[in-house]
Amino acid sequence: MVVDEVPTEVVDAVFRALADSTRRDILRRCAADQPSVSRLARAYPMSFAAVQKHVAMLERAGLVVKVRRGREQLVHTDAAAVERARQALNDLAATWLGRVERMSDVLATEATK
Amino acid sequence: MTITSVETDYDSLTVTLIADFDHPIDQVWELWSDPRKLERWWGPPGYPATVEKHALTPGGEVTYSMIGPEGDQHRGMWRVTSVDPPTSLQFTDTFADSYGAPLEDAPVSEISIRLLEHDGGTRMVLRMTFETREDMKRIADLGTIEGLRQGVGQMDGLLAP
Repeated sequence: MVVDEVPTEVVDAVFRALADSTRRDILRRCAADQPSVSRLARAYPMSFAAVQKHVAMLERAGLVVKVRRGREQLVHTDAAAVERARQALNDLAATWLGRVERMSDVLATEATK
Repeated sequence: MTITSVETDYDSLTVTLIADFDHPIDQVWELWSDPRKLERWWGPPGYPATVEKHALTPGGEVTYSMIGPEGDQHRGMWRVTSVDPPTSLQFTDTFADSYGAPLEDAPVSEISIRLLEHDGGTRMVLRMTFETREDMKRIADLGTIEGLRQGVGQMDGLLAP
């Protein structure tokens, strides 16, 4: 595994939050716009409480932030957090690029033996 | 050796890396199947690795430790899913505690390797993805994230001085 990487608990919470199509849809809507929880809830064929639960999970993963405006709670996607999920993948790629380079070095020393 | 391509797919959260070696397939396979060779390339610079258990059989385990520049120890393990020498190997890789048991909350990556003869040498196709302990199967449907990524790119453009 990678030694220097995004903290493991962040990766885990983010990936768990992303493993659901409703939550991914919420992320998309809240990146383009900043809807209230009640407006979001009207967009899905499920109860207000269920949508609120999804938002709470995204919030715990740090993928959305809630802003209070008057009586409403507005939900907005945190682009930096989505970026961190990307980063975890980039780190994995970088780790393996390094490994493949070193594999090549091992093969080169074999050949000169 | 040539890195032919590195593709990062943010939708399926998969990285695919293709590398071409001038060496025959058996020699490339030995990089994986011989623990003494494996430990020469596994750890990043400054983190020499020692491979302990090395059972390349379905359900088998490979355990390793790496010592960092501060004397810090990092342990990890693979669990082998399938193996077919000298052409394919699949395993999951995760962090382990000081006894070598997998850590509960650490992310797990799934690695699949395929070796094939190519242009008198060997082509290695590496596929890797994350697996969380929970429901990761549905993560393939990540069309949204690609959209978000573009959004983030545009934001970067706006923020640039």
